[in-house]
Amino acid sequence: MTGQILIVDDEPAIRRLVRGAVERAGFGVAEAANAADALAAASRDGCELVLLDLGLPDRDGIELVPLIKAMNRAIIVLTVRDATVEKVAALDLGADDYVVKPFDTDELLARIRTALRHRIAGASASGLTSAGSITVDLLAHRVMRSGLEVRLTRKEFALLAELARFPGRVVTHTQLLRTIWGEAHITDVEYLRVTMRGLRLKLEDDPAVPVLLQNEPGIGYRLSAE
Amino acid sequence: MIESETKRPSPETLLKQARKEARGRLKIFLGAAPGVGKTFEMLREGADLLAQGKDVVVGIVETHGRADTEKLVAPLEVLPRIEIEHGPHKLTELDLDAMLARKPKIALIDEFAHSNAPGCRHPKRWQDIEELRDAGIDVLTTLNIQHVESLNDVVAGFTRVRVRETVPDAILDDAEIEIVDLPPDELIERLKAGKVYIPHEATRALGHFFSKSNLSALRELALRRAAQAVDLQMLDHVRIAGDAGNWAAGERIVVAVGDQPGGEALIRATKRLADSMRATWTAVTVETPRSATLGYEASGRIAASLKLASELGAALATIPAASVIEGLRAHILEAKATAVVIGKSRRSWWFELRHGSVVDQLVRGLEGVAVHVMPTSITAETGDDETRTSRPFNVSGTGIGLLLVSLTTAASLAVASVIGINSVDLLYLIPVIATATLYGLRPALIASVVAALAYNFFFLPPVHTFTISDPQNAITFMILTGVAVFASQLTGRLKREANIGARTATENAAIAAFGQRLAVVSDETGTAVTVCDEIAALLGVSTMLLARKDGAVEVIASQPPNPSLGPLDVAAADWAFERSETTGRDTGTLTASDWQFHPLATSLGVLAVLAVGRNERGTPIPPDKRILFTTLLGQAALAHERIRLESQARDIGALKQRDDLRATLLSSIGHDLKTPLTAVVAAANTLSAEHGESGTTRTLKAEARRLRRVFDDLVEMTRIEAEALVVRHDVLDLTDAVVAAGQDLKAELIAHKLVLDVPSTLPLVDADPRMLHHVLINLIGNAAKFAPAGTSITIEGRRSLDGLALAVLDNGPGLPSGGEAALFNRFTRVEGDDMTGGTGLGLAIVKGFADAMGLRVTASNRPEGEGSRFEIFWPASLLRKPSAGAPEA
Repeated sequence: MTGQILIVDDEPAIRRLVRGAVERAGFGVAEAANAADALAAASRDGCELVLLDLGLPDRDGIELVPLIKAMNRAIIVLTVRDATVEKVAALDLGADDYVVKPFDTDELLARIRTALRHRIAGASASGLTSAGSITVDLLAHRVMRSGLEVRLTRKEFALLAELARFPGRVVTHTQLLRTIWGEAHITDVEYLRVTMRGLRLKLEDDPAVPVLLQNEPGIGYRLSAE
Repeated sequence: MIESETKRPSPETLLKQARKEARGRLKIFLGAAPGVGKTFEMLREGADLLAQGKDVVVGIVETHGRADTEKLVAPLEVLPRIEIEHGPHKLTELDLDAMLARKPKIALIDEFAHSNAPGCRHPKRWQDIEELRDAGIDVLTTLNIQHVESLNDVVAGFTRVRVRETVPDAILDDAEIEIVDLPPDELIERLKAGKVYIPHEATRALGHFFSKSNLSALRELALRRAAQAVDLQMLDHVRIAGDAGNWAAGERIVVAVGDQPGGEALIRATKRLADSMRATWTAVTVETPRSATLGYEASGRIAASLKLASELGAALATIPAASVIEGLRAHILEAKATAVVIGKSRRSWWFELRHGSVVDQLVRGLEGVAVHVMPTSITAETGDDETRTSRPFNVSGTGIGLLLVSLTTAASLAVASVIGINSVDLLYLIPVIATATLYGLRPALIASVVAALAYNFFFLPPVHTFTISDPQNAITFMILTGVAVFASQLTGRLKREANIGARTATENAAIAAFGQRLAVVSDETGTAVTVCDEIAALLGVSTMLLARKDGAVEVIASQPPNPSLGPLDVAAADWAFERSETTGRDTGTLTASDWQFHPLATSLGVLAVLAVGRNERGTPIPPDKRILFTTLLGQAALAHERIRLESQARDIGALKQRDDLRATLLSSIGHDLKTPLTAVVAAANTLSAEHGESGTTRTLKAEARRLRRVFDDLVEMTRIEAEALVVRHDVLDLTDAVVAAGQDLKAELIAHKLVLDVPSTLPLVDADPRMLHHVLINLIGNAAKFAPAGTSITIEGRRSLDGLALAVLDNGPGLPSGGEAALFNRFTRVEGDDMTGGTGLGLAIVKGFADAMGLRVTASNRPEGEGSRFEIFWPASLLRKPSAGAPEA
C-alpha cells in the first residue's frame, strides 16, 4: 500500500489538496501539471496509479489513457459532472474508474483503494470473487449466496462474471453488451436492463434497492464490494 | 429510339393531364352556322344538370327574343351582366368577378368567340372562360365553326365572310365538343320562317352564306374539326396511358415568315398541315440587311405572324443571315426539318430577276426536304401597299469615290509615259475597291463605271474619245469593267456581312456587359436600378421594376424616374405577380394598361416584375428585339434570385455564429466555475480531516455542495431557454435512477428517511438518464428542504392503464392551493422559502427537462393528509416492455 500515486491536474490548488488527503492515507505522491510531465512521471518506476484530470492544457487527457494503460498503471479519471460521453470514452479506453468533480476525498480514496487492490490481485488464478454475501466462481461457473448455490441463466451469469472481473469498478454498458451479446447488439441497452433485473431478483436482499449490483446512470454497472 | 420515346408519356403530356384534372371542364356546342340551335341545346343541357341537382348558373345567354329559348332560361339562375359605356352606347358584358365570387359548379356562357368591350379584364370572352376554368368552374358554351382560328381562312374562302373574332385551336383540343347539327334544308326553312339570328357581318352576303352548298361545306368542316379534336384527345389519353400506337414520329416543319401580306394565312395553313402530319413546327424569320429598311407596316406584319404562330403552338426562331435563302437553308439543316412551308410571293419579275426566286432556290437546294408552296390568299382586309424606306443614297460616298477616280486618273496621266497604258487599268482597281470597302456597293458601282470611262477617255487610243480602235484594248476595257463590278459586288457583300456580324457581336456584348454589371451588385435596390437603367438604354424603352411589400405593389426603381401608376397598371402588376404571366399592353390580359409587365420568375417564386413602356404606339418590345429582351429578363431574374439567396445564407450564417458563441460560453463557464468549486470542497474535506469535523466544516461542505447545485441549475436553465437541449434517449430501469438519486443526496437526506417504493417489476422507461437524474435530485432535494426533520420522503412508482407514474411524496407543509401550476415557473418561491434558500429555478428545470423528454410533471397536495406530491408521468408510448426480444440462452 505504499505505491506511488501520480496526481495529474493543471490546478495547483487541487493538486495540493488531493496530495494532502492521499498522503494522509499513507500513500506516496507525485505531481504533474500537464500531459508531457504526466507521461514522464507515469513511466518512472514505482508509479502504480494515476489520478488523471481530463482538462489538461497541452493535450486532451483522454489521449493519455491508453498510453498510461500501456505502462500497466491503474487510472482514475477526474471529470466534470455532465461529461457522460467523456466518462464512457475514458472507461472504454482502459480507465479503471472515474470520480466526478467536485468530489469527496473519502470517495476518492475508496476508489483508489479498490483500483489498487484489483491491480494487485490482477491475474488471480483462483477465479474467485466475493462481494458481500456473494461468491462468484468464474472457473466452475457457480454463484453462491450465503453458501447456497443460486441458479442463474447463461446471460445472467455472463453479466455477473463480467462485473466480477472488475470488482468495485464500473463497467460500461457498451462493454457489457459487447462481451455478452456481441458487437451487433451494443446499442440494445434493454437486454442489459432486463438481465440485470433478473440478477437483482436472485441476488439482492431488496431488488428495488440494489446494494450489490449498482448502476451508474448513463455509464454502466458496478459490482459493489461494500 | 422511337420505341422508347413513345412508351413513356412525356412530361408535357403528364403536365397537361395534371392541369386538366384541376381545372373546370369545357363543353363546346359547335355548329356550322348561326341558327342551328346551339344556344338551345346548351340551355337544355343546363336544365338537365339543374334537375340532377347540380349548381348551374347562366353567365350570359343571347336569346334574341326567341320564345322557346327564353322558356328554357326561366328556371335557371341568371347572373346580372355588367354595363360598360362605350361612347354613346351602353354595352353589357359577362360579369366575370361576380361569377368567380358565385363559384357555381357549372356556368352557361354563350358565344365563345365574342370580343369584350374595352374596359373588361380580358379582350376576349374565351379568355374570361379560361379564367373561370382555372377557378374550377365547368363551362358550357357555343361556337360557330368559322370562329376557329385555323379554319378562319378556309371558311372565308368559300363564304366570302370573314369573321374577326377567332378562338385559338388549342382551346378546342382541350374541350368536349358536341356538334349541333341541322341539315342545310331545314336551316334554310328556319331562316325563311324568321327563326334565325343573323350576325351583322353576314347580312351583306346573306344569300350566298345561307346557300345550300355553303351550308353543306360548313357542316362538313364542323364535323371534321370535331373529329380531329376527338382524335387528338384520344391520342393524348393514349400517350398518358403510355402505349402510343402508330406514332408518325419526327416530322418537323419550318415555315418562313416574311413581310409580305398574307403571312397569317400562311401560318394557319401550316398549322393545319402540322396537325394532319402530327408534326412539330417552327416559324422562322430571317433577318437580312434588308430587314433594317422595312417600314412600320411590314415589320408589324412579321410580328403579327410570329405572334399568331406562337399562339397556334409553333416554336419561334429568328435567324440573322446575309440572305433569306441562306438563313432558311442553314436553319433547315440545323433543325433537321423535314418540310418547309413558304408563301408564293407576288413580287415583280424584275425583283425576281435580280434576287432570284426564293422558292426556286429552296426547291433546288434542299435534298430530302419537302417544300410546300402556299399561294398567298387575296383577303378582304389587306390592301395596304408595302411602304419601304429606301436605303438612303450615299451621296458623300459616291462623291469621294469619284474623287478617288479623278486622283487616280491624274496620277496615271503623270506616270503613263513610264509604265504604259496596260498597267493603268490595274491602277483604277484601287479607287474602286477602296470605295467598295468604305461606302458599299452602289458608290463602288458608280465609281467602276466612271473609272472605266475615264480609262477609255484618257488612255485608250484614240485618246480623248469614248471609242476604242484597238480590239485588244476593247477586250481589256471590258475586262476592267467586269473586274471592277465584280470587285465592288464582292467587297460590298463582305461589308454587309461584316455589319451583320458586328451587330450580333454588339448585342452579345451588351448581354455580357449587362450580366457583368449585375454580378457586381449585391443588394436588391442596386440590382433593380441597374436592371432598369441598362434595359432602358439597350432597348430604348421606359422601364420600371416593381416588388411586392406587404401585399402591395411598390416601384423599386425606374428609368425615367417618378413614373405614374394608375389602378389599371397596379392591377396588371398584381396579376403578373400572382399568375407569373405577362400582362398589360399587347398581351392577353388588361391590355388597356400603358405598360407591359413581365414577371421575373425564379425558383423562389416571382421576385419582381419588370414593366416596359414606350410613348409611341406599337408594342414596347419590337419583334427583332424580343430575343434580346428575353435574355436580359432572364439575367435580371437570376440576379434577383442570387441576391435573395445570399441574404438568406447571411441570415443563416448569423444564426450559426450566435449558436456557436453560446455553446462556447456555456462550456467555458462549466470549466471555469467548477474548478474553484472543486478546490473549495476539497479544502473543506482537508480541513475536516486535519482538524476534525466541526460545525464550521460541515457548513462549509454543505454550502459548497449547494453552490454546486445552484450553478448546475443555472447552466441547465440556460440550455433550456436557448432550446439547446439535446435529449439522449435511453432505456432505463427506474430502480437504477431512483437509487442513484438517493445516493447523490445522501448528505441532504441525513435528517430524513428515504423510503423507496418502486417495484422492480415496473416496465422499463424511455428517458435521458442525465436529465432524469437531475429531475429526481431536484424533486427529492426540494422535499428534503421542506419536510420537517425526522419525517419520511417516499418515492413511489405505479403502473396505470395509460402509463407509469413516479411520485415523490413528503410530509411537509404542502402547497398553497391554486398555486400548483405557477410553481413550475421560474423564480417562483413558496412562502417561507428564504430560510432554506435555493434559486427558485429547480422546478422550472424539472419542467423543462420533463417537457424535453415528453413527460408530464404535476404537483398536488396529498389527499390523505399533510404533504405534497410531485409526480412524473410516462405515457404508455414511452414505456418499454421488459421482455421484448432479449435473447436468452
